[in-house]
Amino acid sequence: MPYIPLTGPEKRGLLREIGVSSLDDLIRAIPSALRGPEMSLPEGMSEPEVQRLVRDLGALNTSGLDFLSFLGAGSYDHFIPSAVQEVISRQEFSTAYTPYQPEASQGTLQAIFEYQSLMAELTGLAASNASHYDGATSLAEAALVALRHTERPKILIARSVHPHHREVIRTYLAESTCRVEEFGFTAGGGFDRQSLAAKLDADTAGVIFQTPNFFGIVEDLAGIADQVHANKSLLILSGHPASFALFRSPGEWGADIAAGEGQPLGMPVSFGGPYLGYFVTTQALLRRMPGRIAGATEDADGKRAFCLTLQAREQHIRRERAGSNICSNQALCALAACAYMTFLGRQGMREVAELNLDRATYLREKIAGIKGFEVAVSQPIFNEFVVKSPVPFAQIEKKLAAERIFPGVALETYYPELRNRFLVCATETKTREDIDRFAEALAKC
Amino acid sequence: MNFPENLRYTRTHEWIALTGNKGKVGVTEYAQKEISDVVFVELARKGHAVAQGKAASVVESVKAAFDIYAPLAGVISDFNQALESNPGLVNQDPYGAGWLFELEVTDPSALNTLMTAAQYAEFIQSGAGH
Amino acid sequence: MLISRDDRLSFEKSNPGRRCVTMPKERLAKASVPAGLARRDPLLFPELAELDAIRHFINLSRKNFSVDTHFYPLGSCTMKYNPKINEWAARREKFTALHPLQKPETVQGMMRMLAELEDGLREITGMDRFTLQPAAGAHGELTGLMLVRAYHASRGDSKRMKVLVPDSSHGTNPATAALVGYRVIEVKSNARGRVDLESLKAVLDDHVACLMLTNPNTLGVFEENILEIARLVHEKGGLLYYDGANLNPLLGIARPGDMGFDIVHVNLHKTFSTPHGGGGPGAGPVGVKKHLVPFMPYPLVEKKGDGVQWAPKPQRSIGRVKSFHGNIGVLLRAYVYLKMIGRDGLLRVSEGAILNANYLREKLRTVFPVAVDEPCLHEFVLSLKQAAAKGVHAGDVGKRLLDFGFHAPTVHFPLVVSEALMIEPTETESRETMDLFIEAMKRIAFEIETEPAKVKNAPYTLPVRRPNDVLAARKPILTYRDLLREEAVAAEARVG
Repeated sequence: MPYIPLTGPEKRGLLREIGVSSLDDLIRAIPSALRGPEMSLPEGMSEPEVQRLVRDLGALNTSGLDFLSFLGAGSYDHFIPSAVQEVISRQEFSTAYTPYQPEASQGTLQAIFEYQSLMAELTGLAASNASHYDGATSLAEAALVALRHTERPKILIARSVHPHHREVIRTYLAESTCRVEEFGFTAGGGFDRQSLAAKLDADTAGVIFQTPNFFGIVEDLAGIADQVHANKSLLILSGHPASFALFRSPGEWGADIAAGEGQPLGMPVSFGGPYLGYFVTTQALLRRMPGRIAGATEDADGKRAFCLTLQAREQHIRRERAGSNICSNQALCALAACAYMTFLGRQGMREVAELNLDRATYLREKIAGIKGFEVAVSQPIFNEFVVKSPVPFAQIEKKLAAERIFPGVALETYYPELRNRFLVCATETKTREDIDRFAEALAKC
Repeated sequence: MNFPENLRYTRTHEWIALTGNKGKVGVTEYAQKEISDVVFVELARKGHAVAQGKAASVVESVKAAFDIYAPLAGVISDFNQALESNPGLVNQDPYGAGWLFELEVTDPSALNTLMTAAQYAEFIQSGAGH
Repeated sequence: MLISRDDRLSFEKSNPGRRCVTMPKERLAKASVPAGLARRDPLLFPELAELDAIRHFINLSRKNFSVDTHFYPLGSCTMKYNPKINEWAARREKFTALHPLQKPETVQGMMRMLAELEDGLREITGMDRFTLQPAAGAHGELTGLMLVRAYHASRGDSKRMKVLVPDSSHGTNPATAALVGYRVIEVKSNARGRVDLESLKAVLDDHVACLMLTNPNTLGVFEENILEIARLVHEKGGLLYYDGANLNPLLGIARPGDMGFDIVHVNLHKTFSTPHGGGGPGAGPVGVKKHLVPFMPYPLVEKKGDGVQWAPKPQRSIGRVKSFHGNIGVLLRAYVYLKMIGRDGLLRVSEGAILNANYLREKLRTVFPVAVDEPCLHEFVLSLKQAAAKGVHAGDVGKRLLDFGFHAPTVHFPLVVSEALMIEPTETESRETMDLFIEAMKRIAFEIETEPAKVKNAPYTLPVRRPNDVLAARKPILTYRDLLREEAVAAEARVG
């Protein structure tokens, strides 16, 4: 039996020591009516057989390494330094428990502290937690903080925020007395200032933007923080974190909270998870921050030491008074992000951001030159943008599949009015040849 | 343990010092001992109306969070700003510098529903307070 | 020495101009950032050479306990072995390089894995349908309670404002209930650690939305009245929710679905061997009975002909609880584990968990009193109340155990037991390890009698000792910047 040391003789030995004759004596409390359920499950396999099975399953998948993939839309294929895999494969990190015993967990705790420091620096804000499940749940938690902090009932969110993120916020706020309202975007894809002004009112607890937004456009938020703060609401910004190395950070825009998807910082696309929700606030909102937080302190011998802190806010202390119910975070993903940001370092982070902008800009120029296809060449972007195609996207998908290319994500599913438009993403993983090949294939559509 | 004579006490270990309709509220020495090191006090909001026995503030230790209940109904008129930088005052001087908030009491006569120092001391002794 | 004494942050080892990773030099376009949109703050990230960065992280890792290096008798955490074949599978690019928005036809291997995992979870728990989306146990609970709320709302039953929770429950239960807008009422345990039926009847009325239970409970004993409890709750129109944290000893023996539970969440990082990662990622799939399927979050998977597709969105779905599909990497590990142990293995797991726990219980009950005096399932609770007379608390014993090379058990939980120590060995521990643990506990008991100060001030052999958590909470230092600021303040104070 895999993983279980107990042999037959050992089992009998234990029963003897316990003083019973069989396992039945130990499970007497379980009503016999419940025992011995019929379960339709296959028998266990040996390890070589399971490896074979996994390989066979894998063979049925077409990955972003088999096809050339220009898919983005909230999940991004980025280069991950080899060293990152080495670090997160250390079993001392991966098989460790939550650092409730700080003396036995200084590795995990310091790594979380460094992650927090890096996220604060990247987003330009003061305090970060140790992570949420993903961008969507992190943004939902940010909305909850705004509602609690201002004691107002409304969240205002740009319609150009990722559709999944908006959906999760609605799920979290369903049937509470609080509500979610959206403000729209202009024909160009940037947020609509008039729509925002019309909906910003005394009920508004917080206003949420994403930049770069779902359409890939880097938003101009000049004057927004003043406007939102004058209304005594909180400003919450979401967005691709690597872009903050090049573009104005949430802190520079005057945000109170930065919450969003941290997957691009060292996690593979992995069909959607595990990812990482970053959550960073100003000093003023520190005590409202949900989730686990690592802090620095002194130990009994005066040495620097790290421990989980501000835990009274958390579920296991406050129980029903908790602001959130979060227990697990995504510690190993936070470690991956910490390693990613450390191995890239100051220069590397900047270069990656520049390369994303460069590849996406080059791709956009190439597509702009294809007859029938329309792109807005002057919009500020980071690594993705919208393309208007002369034919239905389904046709393009089919034709490009034959060329072993994933061309992008159709917008119609999320925005019914945006027909024949799709979102294209080019990260630093794309070469000139990749992009030229894509453009040639599109030209044939 | 010290329970000043001039104060009145609740079963949830708050004290109130009432002058006219202005009441100053804090936690008793017994409470601060039970809570142990206070690390943070969620300051009450000025202008907030509270009913008698409803939570008006929260005191946090490393291990737990404790609701602080309004001894009498009223409106919060002030809170102890000093606790923001020095929450330990609650432990050091629970009846003095460690006060929590001030109330404009709606019905000062309700004071007689609260315990005297002697009654509170007995309440603690009987173990009913834990 | 083997464990580095260098406690510097990566930032403190930084040297301008150093770098690890190099990126391609060529630029294909003339791209620029508009002035008004450009970042102006410097990005003060560390600048290290790769060897120094590698040493930094590897040395950090060596300051950790982990299942792969130490025994973790943590009650309610099920710290069982994390099989390496799980890791081998999860790292394969044929799984990690799949974009979540790829069409299902292009990822049939992944879809099939998800469908088979759901099948397995259904059979093991006796439920009708699972969502694999929730990212953790607490997230699963949140999803479950939202399902409860949606169910009652659909029947126009709007007066159900209360959720019942045993006083021995895990903290996430009441926190989740409150988050979803319910009032939490505690139900008392009886002297034998189980839900007190009279107490339950007293609070059960048609204003109760659901009763949340874990079975066996946090004292490690089975709720033998579970069928009666289910009947009582259902009679009043309430739902019964199962917190799957303690599922391990029931595998193959009994199923929450058969006990009458309407909703179940399973902790893959506990029962199904996926690694704890220092605090995640985990996964908390939620299973329901038929009457709750219309409210399930989406996407769900469904088999169609030869393949597997995304199911149509349930008619009255509560919506998404997460972006995309779930913690896929974690789900894949659990799938591989299920393939390895199979149906026959389930019984070996529960049997091993129960035998090991009772063995430890039998050997330790003469050292410290047990909270409930009867055989346990997978975990049991000791009370260190008597040690308190010597000024030694359960937490201190936990710290002293670290010196003996064991992670502490769960301390001061459940709250219903004074000075609690909750111990769960799991089935993957050998007798030799358990015997060493027993010896360590005996030694510590002796120290409590003869030199209590030694236990009170432990541990002595680790990189740090008793970090000051009061200071950490009063003066939060959460980033490198905070640290610099504190050090500047301290330096000024010294000079002044």
